Amino acid sequence: MLRFIARRVVQFIPVFLGVTLILFMMTTVLGDPIRLRFGERAINPKVYKELQVRYGFDKPWYEQYVNYLNDLLHGDLGVSIKSGQAVSDIIAQTYPYTMKLAFAAIIIEIIIGVGAGMISAVKQYSFWDVSVTLSTSILVAMPVFWLGLLLQIFFGIMLKNWTNGAFYLPISGAESAQFPPAAHIILPAITLAAVSTAYAARIMRSQLLEVLGQDYIRTAHAKGLSGRQVLWGHGVKNAMIPVVTFIGLDLGAMLAGAILTETVFNWPGIGYTIFRAIQGRDYPVVFGGTVVILIAVMLVNLIVDISYAFLDPRIRYGGEGGE
Amino acid sequence: MDTQHNPEHKTHVPEHAEERMVDAVASAEVIPHHEQSHHDVGPQRTLGGDAWYRLRKNKLALVSLVWIAVVAFAALTADLWVPQNFGSPTAIDSVKAMEDALQPPSLEHPMGTDDLGRDIFARVIYGARVSLAVGVLAVGVSALIGLLLGAFSGFYGGFLDAGIMRVADIFLAFPYILFAILLLAIIPPSWKTTIWPVVFTIGFLGWTSIARVFRSSILSVKENDYVDAGRALGASDGRLMLRHITPNAVAPIVVYATMSIGGAILTEAALSFLGLGVQPPTPTWGRMIEEGRSFITTQPLLVIWPGIAILTTVLAFTLLGDGVRDALDVKMKD
Repeated sequence: MLRFIARRVVQFIPVFLGVTLILFMMTTVLGDPIRLRFGERAINPKVYKELQVRYGFDKPWYEQYVNYLNDLLHGDLGVSIKSGQAVSDIIAQTYPYTMKLAFAAIIIEIIIGVGAGMISAVKQYSFWDVSVTLSTSILVAMPVFWLGLLLQIFFGIMLKNWTNGAFYLPISGAESAQFPPAAHIILPAITLAAVSTAYAARIMRSQLLEVLGQDYIRTAHAKGLSGRQVLWGHGVKNAMIPVVTFIGLDLGAMLAGAILTETVFNWPGIGYTIFRAIQGRDYPVVFGGTVVILIAVMLVNLIVDISYAFLDPRIRYGGEGGE
Repeated sequence: MDTQHNPEHKTHVPEHAEERMVDAVASAEVIPHHEQSHHDVGPQRTLGGDAWYRLRKNKLALVSLVWIAVVAFAALTADLWVPQNFGSPTAIDSVKAMEDALQPPSLEHPMGTDDLGRDIFARVIYGARVSLAVGVLAVGVSALIGLLLGAFSGFYGGFLDAGIMRVADIFLAFPYILFAILLLAIIPPSWKTTIWPVVFTIGFLGWTSIARVFRSSILSVKENDYVDAGRALGASDGRLMLRHITPNAVAPIVVYATMSIGGAILTEAALSFLGLGVQPPTPTWGRMIEEGRSFITTQPLLVIWPGIAILTTVLAFTLLGDGVRDALDVKMKD
């Protein structure tokens, strides 16, 4: 087990270096930071030279990369052009909103995704199964931001008109005087969860169908267990492993921020912050936010990998040939 | 092969079963020559011919193919009929813009008009040009890079393989949309009046899966005796790759590429929605939705039409991909 963890951590290092190197190349070498900062305006060559020297852009690229890594590891992500605030402070303020949204979405995904998948598998080819299959296909083909807007139109606007303003859901922001905070999270959480819920349901369905076709299920029936005991004790339990992995990875992706969902709902998380920074050409915030997100995703993937080994003993000694 | 054919049933098997059975022994030249069974399959028994025959029986895939053809045809011929009947998708009539704005659907404007008095139907049709072109071309770029790297990786193995696969890991560690956003944020907006920056960004990010699929496909094909035979006859690496391995390893790529087009269209829409895609005045579905956002209380149709266009097109490519997978009898993971 320890060797497995150690190997995973060692494998993580080149990926980390590679990702940060690519980011560094993109932000510093390809996208000349001084020019980006000045936008479309012309720069006095003398000022340009001075700035290059001051920020160390005149040094060879590998030296710049080492400095970049050093700043990164010390939490120095630069300063926002628009507000003058440190990028790390901006991230610290917005990240809790992203986490809240991610956990709300994961709860929806677990309950509805796993539940729908189970019903679909147990009642294969029934009306329910067909509707689950159909709706998951549609959800997967739907642009996330469009789904969010549809929910806004339906629950925020049409419902308000029908009930003469008596009942509707908030469609923007995370706080307001009219609604409790919990009401604000409902529509963004559904939007963020939608596609993953569809995938979770599909995986659960196919896994459970496969498990229920195994010999040990027949054996369990034969030794007199009730249908319920067989389903939960032998079926669901064994079908859950891939689903748990998927949901774990998905949590990682959601913790990375949901640019589209947060933008549609003006949810003040890290994704929305990056979107606003793109619009305002506030590059330090765009790049700093992205770096933090990337590191978060890589770490969560590492943790999921390791916890997967705890869940499934077969993984542990699987080693190299696993793929 | 999933057929378990039974010699006793030779003469009276149902049409479909026979077709599969024939398929199972296709290359062995022991096909009984009854004329009837060959009619609908056609004289030439090629992989493509067989697949097309099976695809035609899949109603969902066929409907999807027809829908894609309709959208593509409408988009390609748009210049000939859209501006004449519905008005320009881009030009703003400064005199009438105010009174024409935000009209509900009518005979004149089947989907209504947007906030600047432009016909939404015309904009949706022209938006299809961008979506389809980006979808197909981006997957083309991914396939080109992925096939090359996957081929090297699978064929030569060893150090090269390990290197390419580690690079693929790095690409996969990036959240896709963020990577695209970063790349496009660096490119100045004045370059983004054409579709190429978006095509290359999406294409460049998508090669990893194709490389992996092709690599594993090559690894399994490489073990076949006919490859050894080819090598023993003195065939060069290039000839082995092109004549013996690739034709037998390419089916999963066709399936994967078809399915990826839908994903590329979704990514393009998301990037346009964020304002990073093809820049105005060119209409794109994603940007139409973004522009319509301000009017969801007064005219939600502005958002709904382009969304339906995206949904139906992406769904069509997904279902077509499923159909192609079944037709080529490719087993895919997940």
